[in-house]
Amino acid sequence: MKSEPTPANRLVGIAKSILDVIAVPILAVITAVVIGSALMFAAGYDPILAYSGLADGAFGDARGIARSLLNMTPLVFAGLSVAFAFKGGLFNIGAEGQLFIGAITAAWVGFAFDLPPYIHMPLALLAGSLAGAFWGAMPGFLKAFTGAHEVITTIMFNFIAINLTSWLISAGGENMPPGPLSDPIGRQHALARTPNILDSAKLPVLVEAPGRDIHLGVVLALVVAAIIWFLVWRTTFGFELRMVGLNPSAARYAGVNVAMTTILTMAIAGGLAGMAGAVQTLGVNHRFESNQSIGYGFDSIAVALLGQTHPLGVVLAAFLFGSMNAGTTRMQRWSDVSSEIILVVQALILMFVAADQIIRYIYRIRPRRPEEVQQLSAGWGQR
Amino acid sequence: MEREIVLEAKGITKRFPGVLANDNVNLTLYKGEILALLGENGAGKSTLMNIIYGLYHRDAGTIILKGREVNFASPREAIHNGIGMVHQHFQLIPVMTVAENVMLGSEVTRGYGLLDVEKAAKQVRELSRQYGLEVDPDALVEDLPVGIQQRVEIIKALYRKADILILDEPTAVLTPQEVRELFKIMRDLASQGVSIIFITHKLKEVLEVADRIVVMRNGHVVGETSPQESTESSLAAMMVGREVLLRVHKEPAKPGEVVLEVSGLTAYDDRGSKAIDGVSFKVRAGEVLGIAGVQGNGQTELVETLTGLRKPHNGRVTVKGKDLTGASPRKVTRAGTAHVPEDRQKYGMVAAYTVADNLVLNTYYAPPFSSSGMVNHKAIEEHARRLVKEFDIRTPSIFTSGGSLSGGNQQKMVVAREFGRKIDLLIAAQPTRGLDVGSIEFIHQRIIEERDAGVAVLLVSAELDEIMSLSDRIAVMYKGQIVATVDASKVTREQLGLLMAGVTEGVLEPEVTAVI
Ligand SMILES: Nc1ncnc2c1ncn2[C@@H]1O[C@H](COP(=O)(O)OP(=O)(O)OP(=O)(O)O)[C@@H](O)[C@H]1O
Ligand SMILES: [Mg+2]
Repeated sequence: MKSEPTPANRLVGIAKSILDVIAVPILAVITAVVIGSALMFAAGYDPILAYSGLADGAFGDARGIARSLLNMTPLVFAGLSVAFAFKGGLFNIGAEGQLFIGAITAAWVGFAFDLPPYIHMPLALLAGSLAGAFWGAMPGFLKAFTGAHEVITTIMFNFIAINLTSWLISAGGENMPPGPLSDPIGRQHALARTPNILDSAKLPVLVEAPGRDIHLGVVLALVVAAIIWFLVWRTTFGFELRMVGLNPSAARYAGVNVAMTTILTMAIAGGLAGMAGAVQTLGVNHRFESNQSIGYGFDSIAVALLGQTHPLGVVLAAFLFGSMNAGTTRMQRWSDVSSEIILVVQALILMFVAADQIIRYIYRIRPRRPEEVQQLSAGWGQR
Repeated sequence: MEREIVLEAKGITKRFPGVLANDNVNLTLYKGEILALLGENGAGKSTLMNIIYGLYHRDAGTIILKGREVNFASPREAIHNGIGMVHQHFQLIPVMTVAENVMLGSEVTRGYGLLDVEKAAKQVRELSRQYGLEVDPDALVEDLPVGIQQRVEIIKALYRKADILILDEPTAVLTPQEVRELFKIMRDLASQGVSIIFITHKLKEVLEVADRIVVMRNGHVVGETSPQESTESSLAAMMVGREVLLRVHKEPAKPGEVVLEVSGLTAYDDRGSKAIDGVSFKVRAGEVLGIAGVQGNGQTELVETLTGLRKPHNGRVTVKGKDLTGASPRKVTRAGTAHVPEDRQKYGMVAAYTVADNLVLNTYYAPPFSSSGMVNHKAIEEHARRLVKEFDIRTPSIFTSGGSLSGGNQQKMVVAREFGRKIDLLIAAQPTRGLDVGSIEFIHQRIIEERDAGVAVLLVSAELDEIMSLSDRIAVMYKGQIVATVDASKVTREQLGLLMAGVTEGVLEPEVTAVI
């Protein structure tokens, strides 16, 4: 009965388990696209024209591809943030707030200091990441020592971050002094933003495309995804992190410091989201504006889930979402379909991935064995 | 008398990746009988039951229930058709109360979809009174010891009015007293026409309660017999395919220096009541100290406190003179302690981790399994191959997830990890729970080998036989206290029984009491 598997057998086994992991996301995307088509059709539009426009806008020319890659980049970092926390059994809803904190910190370092480029840019990037890490570590700390559920606390920290940054850059008013980081020139036009960062803090441009320069952050995102993969699967910390995520009691038995691991996991997750913000600031916007990054933090949850919380999956999902966003304008121009339909498709994808039972039911895929499925979020009061 | 067949499984075949768990299995169940299903760990017993219960889909074969061919897509349908199952690993929701768990899936409502927990609690109370399965319906399941959780599972099945009852190793976690009560229930139910399939590794129980015995090996049914025509050793041989020693052979212990010293230890349980109350004892190198006691008298908390999983309130714990009072599990492990936890699913393993990773669950951070923060997969795999072979863990590969092993093989995995390294102190709680006779023999021998190699062994077991045959001295726990420490070679079962019930007056002759 005991049959040591042959290499061929093992390959088949590995292929099967990979297929098992990617089947649901792929089918979820297809299903969402089909439902999106039905919606367009019902509303009297031509779905084929719409999707062609979408594809053309995203990949049709160099500018489109550049747009897709640029849209992808912050989503990779932020998606990794959510996915990484998830591996440690934590649901980081706080990527949005961590991203804001990272973005404004990078902007501040970028405009307030005058340093040579080889120090300035890395310093600004690092500062943004560390600020995000700090913002993520706090909910981790609260979870570890008071048991406060991270879903609640990270949402609260989002509000704090969004309002804090918006005060920091506010242009002020009649009886209100302007925010300490606000731009003196912007103030005159009642614009809430930081001053522009110095050239020395900008991310180097790799490929020039008018208005769509591909900056170093795009490559950095892929490198960081590889590092996260390595951290999770190849280091003792990753071993501990996954253990805490899968069975905290066993982790305690095994001698893992569960509280420390929780804090560190959230800190790294926050750092990744902070890096998303920093890269946006240093590579694209070159300053911080309050509404520049709204939504990335939340899209990141979709990206992490669609990517099955695997770094490679996150990259692919981020690219999908990034190119969808890149193509909407042309889709709208070609077919008159409102760009909001893409938001609907994205929401449908998320829904099908999160409630994968639906997809498994539609396509008759067997459920995964219970011990292989990680819970989305531990229930209230657990652990 | 021609007996009515209630359930018939024909040609059942089930394949898992790398294993043929059931290979053309036939099984017949008659009305009102108690059928014992025996077999080695990994023989395919649970798989067969899960197929009948609609939890797994068979690859081939037919199931005929009361003359009708059935094809259950889910346990819900099986339950609806009168099949109840109590699993080897409990399926309770820890954060819910007993009553809520019992009614889960067949909730009592007050109308408008409002749950009537009151009424469910009342029904649970009635059931537990009726069958002598005492349990507090309002207690949270996570606060209950395993033994009591098991009762909840049984009540849950009875509550659903099953007329075919599948019990997968129900006695593994019960005290002898509870086992007797369960058997009485089983006989009562059988006489009322309920048919019971009963899986166990305890041959005594089989002989005591079964009407008919079916033995499985390697996914096949290898024989059928009855208690009248078999003995413990004939059953053992039939299961394992060879003669099995049913008793451990050991030389008298040669105790050395004190390794574990516990003095005045006090700790509270999860609900805040005193679980261990001023416990003091010593374990020397080269001896086995058994802790006997009815489940729920503080043994679980004692082990947890000694191994760093529970904070002590008072008292002192030293290992080889080193103060380990309230030390973290990592510190305790590093001091040379191995811990076979009582609840293997909760503490002993990560179900989604591979067998290889589970075998280094608490040593992964040290060389050779890692260096400078990097996991060395090669070393982990080599280590796993060695232990899988040495401890005969039946798994298709070392990369299989631990959770997909059969119950007994999960236990072997945990034991292998803890025995497979150099240690000074072994704290083993229910080390052979769920193991087949062959594996029990092997583990018992290993415990004695460890002892003879100078390891101090603290053995906590609900099996009086196990305690009596392995221990050199036995400490009896009652209500969180050690009420007596006795010489294992001189004490009788009856004396232990009385002590475990809290009777100390006039039980022991002075020469039975062991000197520490
Ligand atoms: N869900 C599963 N996935 C993969 N393999 C499985 C699964 N369940 C059982 N197996 C394999 O099928 C075989 C039979 O397992 P099963 O649990 O039926 O054994 P068992 O007779 O109940 O043993 P035990 O006495 O140890 O409980 C084992 O080799 C096991 O590894
Ligand atoms: Mg079993």
